[in-house]
Amino acid sequence: MLLSLVIMLPVIAAAALLAMTGLPARVVSWLWVAVAAIDLALIVGMWAGFASSNRTGPSGVVGGFAYEEKVRWIPTVDVSYHVGVDGLSLPLLAMTGVLFLAAAVWSLREKNRPRNYAALFLFLQTASLGTFAALDLILFFVFFDLTIVAMYFVIAGWGHGNRRRSALKFFLYTFVGSLSLLVGFIGLFLGGETRTFDMVALANDPPLTDSPVAAGLVLLALSVGLAVKTPLFPFHTWLPDAHTDAPAAGSAILAGVLLKLGTYGFVRIAMPILPDAWQRWAMVIVIAGVVSVLWGAFTALAQTDMKRMIAYTSVNHMGYIMLGLGAAGLVGQADEQARTIAVTGAMVQMVSHGLLTGALFLLAGVLFSRGGTYAFSRWGGLARPAPVFAAALGIAAFGSLGLPGLSAFIAEFQIFTGALQAAPAATVIAVTGIVVTAGLFLIALQRLLAGPIRVPHPAEGECGEAPTMDNPGKAAASKKAARTATTTATYEKADSSARFEDLGGRERTTIFGLLSLSIVIGLFPRPLLNVIEPAAAMISSLVGQ
Amino acid sequence: MTGMEGMSANPLDLLPEILLLFGAVGGLLLGLWTPQQKQGRVRSLIVTAALASAVVSALRLSDPDSGVFEDSWMIDTTTSVVRILVALATAAAILASSTSLAGHPRETEAYVLMVLAALGAIALTASQDLLMLAAAYLLASVPLYALAGFAKDARGVEAALKYYLMGAFVGVLMLVGIVALILAAGSGNYRALAGILPQAPMPVVAIGVIGVLAGVAFKAGAVPVHFWVPDVGAGTTPAMAAFITTIPKLGAVAAAFRLVSEPFAQLPLNVPLLVAVIAALSMTLGNLAAFQQTEVLRLLAYSTVSQVGYMFMVVAVAGQSDYALPALTVYLAGYAVTNIGAFAAAAALPKAFTLAQWSHEAGRRPWLVLSLAVLLLGLVGTPPTAVFVGKLAIFAATADGNFVWLVVLGAVNTVASLFYYLRWIAPAARTVFATHRQPAGTSISDVLFHRTPAATVHAAAAASVLLGAGSGLWLAVTT
Repeated sequence: MLLSLVIMLPVIAAAALLAMTGLPARVVSWLWVAVAAIDLALIVGMWAGFASSNRTGPSGVVGGFAYEEKVRWIPTVDVSYHVGVDGLSLPLLAMTGVLFLAAAVWSLREKNRPRNYAALFLFLQTASLGTFAALDLILFFVFFDLTIVAMYFVIAGWGHGNRRRSALKFFLYTFVGSLSLLVGFIGLFLGGETRTFDMVALANDPPLTDSPVAAGLVLLALSVGLAVKTPLFPFHTWLPDAHTDAPAAGSAILAGVLLKLGTYGFVRIAMPILPDAWQRWAMVIVIAGVVSVLWGAFTALAQTDMKRMIAYTSVNHMGYIMLGLGAAGLVGQADEQARTIAVTGAMVQMVSHGLLTGALFLLAGVLFSRGGTYAFSRWGGLARPAPVFAAALGIAAFGSLGLPGLSAFIAEFQIFTGALQAAPAATVIAVTGIVVTAGLFLIALQRLLAGPIRVPHPAEGECGEAPTMDNPGKAAASKKAARTATTTATYEKADSSARFEDLGGRERTTIFGLLSLSIVIGLFPRPLLNVIEPAAAMISSLVGQ
Repeated sequence: MTGMEGMSANPLDLLPEILLLFGAVGGLLLGLWTPQQKQGRVRSLIVTAALASAVVSALRLSDPDSGVFEDSWMIDTTTSVVRILVALATAAAILASSTSLAGHPRETEAYVLMVLAALGAIALTASQDLLMLAAAYLLASVPLYALAGFAKDARGVEAALKYYLMGAFVGVLMLVGIVALILAAGSGNYRALAGILPQAPMPVVAIGVIGVLAGVAFKAGAVPVHFWVPDVGAGTTPAMAAFITTIPKLGAVAAAFRLVSEPFAQLPLNVPLLVAVIAALSMTLGNLAAFQQTEVLRLLAYSTVSQVGYMFMVVAVAGQSDYALPALTVYLAGYAVTNIGAFAAAAALPKAFTLAQWSHEAGRRPWLVLSLAVLLLGLVGTPPTAVFVGKLAIFAATADGNFVWLVVLGAVNTVASLFYYLRWIAPAARTVFATHRQPAGTSISDVLFHRTPAATVHAAAAASVLLGAGSGLWLAVTT
């Protein structure tokens, strides 16, 4: 029951919030924080129980789940409400709890319909936790689709800029992806000896083992669906727009949690259920990963907008994950230990990217709340008026590029170590991606923090948080005017009139909370690795069958 | 007990139909002796009769299959499910239309015609004999011609005329088909046809199959005999349109399912492929036509055409997949609930004809918009609604019956349908957000708003989610 409580608590709270119409905004915001905190506390309790228990038998994926629950839902096609926790899902559940708590604290001052906003995020939290905990394909799909619906309304209702178009683009891309996923699920269902949608049963008795063509097609359908969500090149084009126009907390959740649904789907569904096809097509996955690494890095380098830059680095980071997962399928080229390290690295990267990119997007939100723009050209010299902001941005940026001592290093180091044996050329190419990201983050830090102080005046350009609902054309025109103003270099304020407020208590709590978790993982990775490694070993042995 | 030995002629086997008929006849008589303002009692009587009919059918769900009255009337899972759904949907449609009909000079007549058409829909499903099918076709059609033109305005008359002419034409085709089949087989009974038709001369059988399928496709509103759907959908009141686009469809799809799985199952002709093509065309053309609609009712009408496409997917694999029958029962139930709810959303704001007007007038009613979003996303097939489960089951059954291309096409069409449903949801949600921001918006009182249909919208949205979550229960009970 504990796991179901963890999953359902947010949505129950959301319904309660919607029902209590008379609550003042501050109470609503604090209730939201309280619910997110309780949910996280329950997850931490689950973690403690999971880590202390001595489990025998399989370590996840095909059995040995903790907090397992199974209730028959549609017996005719063997669909059930089947949830459980193993070493793959637990870290991601914990990361989801952390990020949603951060989003709740961050949104304490939300003025724009705070009740609906909180309810929507709580609903999204249930959907995300449910996807990570699901052990049934259809249950996975249900939660997976609900995240799309919730995120659509977050972007469309609380975003800025061209938010409606971005929200629609997000919805259509990911919805197409999810249908491809559904077709793949039906393929798995029909291909099995015993017709079932249960992931555990399917992983125990992989379907389509004697028909490589069908297995390849099903893997293609699954991969397209998951690649849109991840996103991998060339399915990533929805990501920058959705991120740029989403509110800061929404961006953090989108990058931190929702992108992981895609990569998690590869580990949880594609690899153990279609091991033969995964082996056969592993090199394609590796190449897709490397292309995403490079494409994400170089495109990020070219961005002039901080949020778009971070969005493209997500494509880059997701590429590393796919490199690790693909390398785990190259059974002929690498021993099981190397492949296990690659999978472990990929799992750590999912957690690490959630924490660091979540923090980066919140920092971008700080810029927007102060000056209404993310453009690098409008900001400068922020280290002097806002040292705390500068420190946080520095830690997050260095963490994201893989500096030792932070979580991303643990992740990327393991991915490269594990993948080098299996795919040496691809790994060497992918490592150059790190150099590019290092360059782009340093350039970003330089633009934002060094030099004369430059702060956009709230009166010009896209001002304030108020989205231009009624007249997008006017907004675009004024944007253009603001751009020309900056390019003519009349706008070089080095005087004291440029004011930039440093991080407030609410912002410090969230951003430093995320960053300190990343540092803890970077310095003391053992507890996390202890949870992940057995399940990762299970995955690589299943794929290697 | 199989039908052959159980040649029962016990009138009580038809108790659900008798109850509906009692509602129709009793309602007509009661209406004659009731003053104009108090016709609400006719409504109560008919709704009670419909609910009683549904309860009786539900209690008999576990009875063994039996063909009664010389094996011309089949009582099995399909019939029972359609009996329950049609009775409940009729009750809901009558309640939803009560606001627009109350005090109307021909109020009683409208209700009676609706119940008779519902009886026709059940008869279509239960027919186990071609002649019975012909009679059911007429019973399901003639009351609807009158209902389509009920308002007696220009659009209603045009709709009724179009519907009638098309119905008469297809009816003749269907009769020719029935004659051809009986000529070829010497019997109209489905069981007999299933045995004899494979050996009969194929050209005659082909004419028969095409004619009979044209008839049921017309009642279902499938391409290429769908042209009446948008006109009738937009020519009547929304509640009536909900009835006309839901109830006959349930009966017709189930009838097609029975035909393909029994008399047409063993033919050397590729009947499943023909049905699959009808399904593909219906969903694709219905979607394409829905893209450019600006009127709420026309959009919904075309959406029903595309929905028929999904239902015919499962007809194509009737008898070829074990999952076909469960898929049919879930989808019919989900479709009935969701479609009536969506039309009720149009009925709640009767003065809002276009999508823009509807969104504008719904601006102050966030709950109505929320329920509408649940229903329309349900029609797309978003989990965890009933249509999602139905669609999942249909896709699985169709892939199992080796129509993978049809599944892919169905998935593509599902994505495409999202565009036009979002064209309704998005502006409505936007107005809700906008009016929240500026509390001093348009006054709520100058908008004509009906409470009963709005309640139907909320009930349907809740039922859609509950039926999705409880679909296992529904399947366990029905199959």
